[in-house]
Amino acid sequence: MSVAPKREDYDVVVIGAGPAGLAAAATSAEAGLSTLLLDENAGPGGQVFRAISSTPVTDRSQLGADYWVGAELVQSLRASTAEVIHRATVWSLDRNLDIAVSIGGASAFVKAKRVILATGALERPFAIPGWTLPGVMTAGAAQTMLKSSGLVPDGRTAIAGQGPLLWLLAAQILRLGGRIDRILDTTERGNYLAALPHAFAFLTSPYFTKGLSMMREVKAKVEVVSGVTELAAAGEGQLAGVSYVAGGKRETIAVDLLLLHQGVVPNVNLAMSAGIEHRWDDLQLCWSPVLDANGSSSVAGIAIAGDGAGIGGANAAVVRGRIAARAAVEALAPAAAAKLPALATLRRDLAKAERGRVFLDTLFRPAPQFRIPSGDTIVCRCEEVTANDVLESVAIGATGPNQLKAYRRTGMGPCQGRLCGLTVTELMAQARGKTPQEIGYYRLRAPVKPITLAELAAVPKTEEDVKAVVRG
Amino acid sequence: MFRRSEQDKRPPVQIFVDGVVVAAREGDTVSAALLASGQDARRSTAVSGAPRLPYCMMGVCFDCLVTIDGVGNRQGCLVPVAEGMQIEIQKGKREIGR
Amino acid sequence: MTTNVDAIVIGGGIHGCSTTLHLCLAGLKPVLIEKDYAGRHASGVNAGGVRQLARHIPEIPLSIRSMGIWEKINDLLDDDCSFESHGQVLVAENEEELAVCRARVAELNALGFTHEELIDASELRRLVPAVAETCPGGVVSRRDGAANPAQTTTAFRRKAEQLGATVREGVAAGNIRYSDGLWHVDVGSDSYAAPVLVNAAGAWAGKIAAALGEPVPVETVAPMLMITSRVPHFIDPVVILRGRKLSFKQFKNGTVLIGGGHLATSYQDRNETVLDWKSLAISARTVFELFPVMRGATIVRAWAGIEAKMKDDIPVFGPSSRHKGLYHQFGFSLHGFQLGPGAGAVMAELIVNGGTQTRISDLGIERFHRSAAR
Ligand SMILES: Cc1cc2nc3c(=O)[nH]c(=O)nc-3n(C[C@H](O)[C@@H](O)[C@H](O)COP(=O)(O)OP(=O)(O)OC[C@H]3O[C@@H](n4cnc5c(N)ncnc54)[C@H](O)[C@@H]3O)c2cc1C
Ligand SMILES: Cc1cc2nc3c(=O)[nH]c(=O)nc-3n(C[C@H](O)[C@H](O)[C@H](O)COP(=O)(O)OP(=O)(O)OC[C@H]3O[C@@H](n4cnc5c(N)ncnc54)[C@H](O)[C@@H]3O)c2cc1C
Ligand code: FES
Repeated sequence: MSVAPKREDYDVVVIGAGPAGLAAAATSAEAGLSTLLLDENAGPGGQVFRAISSTPVTDRSQLGADYWVGAELVQSLRASTAEVIHRATVWSLDRNLDIAVSIGGASAFVKAKRVILATGALERPFAIPGWTLPGVMTAGAAQTMLKSSGLVPDGRTAIAGQGPLLWLLAAQILRLGGRIDRILDTTERGNYLAALPHAFAFLTSPYFTKGLSMMREVKAKVEVVSGVTELAAAGEGQLAGVSYVAGGKRETIAVDLLLLHQGVVPNVNLAMSAGIEHRWDDLQLCWSPVLDANGSSSVAGIAIAGDGAGIGGANAAVVRGRIAARAAVEALAPAAAAKLPALATLRRDLAKAERGRVFLDTLFRPAPQFRIPSGDTIVCRCEEVTANDVLESVAIGATGPNQLKAYRRTGMGPCQGRLCGLTVTELMAQARGKTPQEIGYYRLRAPVKPITLAELAAVPKTEEDVKAVVRG
Repeated sequence: MFRRSEQDKRPPVQIFVDGVVVAAREGDTVSAALLASGQDARRSTAVSGAPRLPYCMMGVCFDCLVTIDGVGNRQGCLVPVAEGMQIEIQKGKREIGR
Repeated sequence: MTTNVDAIVIGGGIHGCSTTLHLCLAGLKPVLIEKDYAGRHASGVNAGGVRQLARHIPEIPLSIRSMGIWEKINDLLDDDCSFESHGQVLVAENEEELAVCRARVAELNALGFTHEELIDASELRRLVPAVAETCPGGVVSRRDGAANPAQTTTAFRRKAEQLGATVREGVAAGNIRYSDGLWHVDVGSDSYAAPVLVNAAGAWAGKIAAALGEPVPVETVAPMLMITSRVPHFIDPVVILRGRKLSFKQFKNGTVLIGGGHLATSYQDRNETVLDWKSLAISARTVFELFPVMRGATIVRAWAGIEAKMKDDIPVFGPSSRHKGLYHQFGFSLHGFQLGPGAGAVMAELIVNGGTQTRISDLGIERFHRSAAR
């Protein structure tokens, strides 16, 4: 079933088939460039349009109109000449634009003239006591199961956190007949005030009416507790309950499932491992790549589009994908660029898609206690390192995430810091009285996803091996 | 924890979890099928033996690691089920060389 | 502002840190200058192999001296550096390789060195049960082992600081000059002056030596390593191959480190290396063939470290042949981690006493300047 790339060289290789990658690959292929789109998932769509070609949720109103627009993007990609490979995990990309990709247990190497990284976002770590217990998941995880397998929570369920996605998920679960017992809203009260100056842009953005009606839809059916300032999951080997503090009052409820969410952050692993410069974003509280207006990064030939370029949402992802692809076309086949939408038009589209973002970022800026855990709360899920462990290492000389490796194995497990990196940076910054930018991030390295030794061993590499393969 | 929506008309797929038959649907990932099955699918970690279930379902947390058809440490949330697939729940450090 | 100290050490690798520490133990007040942070380069990212096995003969005395320190590392540093001693084994994959091993051990014995021991197939299998059945034997150095490199280098730095060394991290030493009997070095807007300067700048040391009129045949290389996820314990000693580029080690936590000297491309000025996966694949293939139990293990990370490699693979160690008060300690050519503790001790003796009991006479920088200078 799995197919290796047809060629060894492409004009453009796009990594990630979410809105940004779909748009980028279609644009690049339409302009006549040899284009390869690689994505780890079984089908196209990325996070927002997950399982768009295969979802069992056929009642269109349940996932909403914003979901189904993904089908058009997929269609225009399929109509193009882009070569698309799914279940293709890119595990290495370097500054020579050499790409290593694992497809069906075998690795292939391809080279590109231009790479467009559209690897999207992941949910911000939400390190509260007990977050590693079975029964605690991310809201995105529940949404993934809902979209791709039509699964909904049916035990006692609480959702905790904040942000537009949380409300979208709640609405989708309810529409499919799933169960939610309580929503614990952690939005800081002060954020409403801070966001006010940006409200006008938001009021005139498409998010506003949709967001409001969704919150109404959910609040009509579920008890919502707002102003939650503390959260902890508890249980013996399995989640049994969640306790929280709101308005100074502590309460504990018995639940089987706790879904956590406090926004999304760029998925930086592949970009950083390629040596692309990133900076700390003080508003979105995450690392974002340093990019020019076309999405070009500090590494020549690599552009980043979509939420991996800084969180901008699905509509912005599409436009960013087109802009990055257009820049690649301009560089490689200038004549063909004339047939594409004008840059000015694309920039206008982008401004429109990004309107209201600052409001959302300010309103849903997660509170410090949910970003910077304390005590024996686990920070690094893979190596089971606690906040105290990190602080003790700081006390005896660890100055940043890389130096921490001399003391603890934080970030050295298979997730390679995806679930602990931001926490470690902020925790160390706070402990040392420095900014996250000064503290820095893990030095990330390929393989960005583990590969088996057997798979690597099977890569033909010497003259002799190549001959052996030919003879065999 | 989870149940299937009635409108789900996808064809059934049979997989085996530690030898026990589990009914999945075409297009399920291994992790989704495990969570939908209602069976105890908790793995235990290699570091402390603590029990875990899938956390992110999108390939970033590695809490869904399972042995699939004899190959260990695979991310169950990224691998679609296939008829007759043999799943083993991992306990501690995975045995190698099988 | 210029601060006067007893010695200036450039480079916070294990060598610079160890020398700084030993100078403190001798009662001096040194400053250690590191452009990034201690252990950022080779010393913090190497394979951690603590090996006397298979060394070039000129550096064996230094290696033996070092071994003695490793065995009591906790007494010196108040940190065990995760040092474990399960021996290192060199595996011969066929009879020809075993013959080379036999000759090597005989040569060492003739010189009075007894740390390497020839072993047959059954002893090899006892030490390394997982090795392929076809290997006829090899060599073992039983006191050898491995340590955690970042932990070790950091521990040396920390102890030196506790004993009174000034440690400056994050700024390069520049504008190195000698005037009025003192070495002067700038660190940002500060200057240090001392009668003694130690060049322990790793891959950058060759440039410093050249600028001071002592060019040496050195190149920068970036050997690569990869590590697997945790797997059940199956091997104790560190294993290296006689014929192919491979070294292999399982840590207490179950992860397995695979190395062997395949090189990445290094961009030294940017502190960056670009991995060469096609040659890492060769290492993987070798492990695949030799240790069938490893085939299903997953590789979680690979990296490379920037290292100075001498043309003759032997370090430059000892006083300058041109300048008073200048000492070189670099060019460890992919095997300098084990030498760190001993080299620091010997360097401190050279600086403080003007000599040492440890035989280092073949390591001096003058070996490259004999015909020209004299
Ligand atoms: C779990 C989750 C659910 C979300 N749900 C919604 C939603 O319902 N509505 C909404 O408006 N926004 C949602 N978002 C926000 C999301 O970031 C969108 O704004 C949008 O999906 C971003 O599009 P993108 O093209 O940048 O990346 P994504 O849609 O995230 O797509 C990135 C793609 O890259 C692939 N990829 C990543 N790394 C590799 C690799 N190394 N090799 C190969 N492929 C790789 C991924 O598998 C993925 O398919 C969600 C985010 C998350 C994390
Ligand atoms: C991947 C790899 C595996 C290895 N495996 C082993 C092994 O198993 N066993 C073994 O014995 N050896 C091994 N080695 C070799 C060993 O790591 C090195 O020989 C040893 O660490 C060298 O130490 P050093 O202090 O000379 O250099 P480094 O650790 O490179 O330190 C030199 C330091 O000087 C700093 N510096 C440079 N210029 C300046 C300046 N102008 N101002 C201030 N600071 C400066 C640099 O930033 C650097 O930190 C390995 C090396 C690598 C790369
Ligand atoms: S559940 Fe997180 S990686 Fe699979």
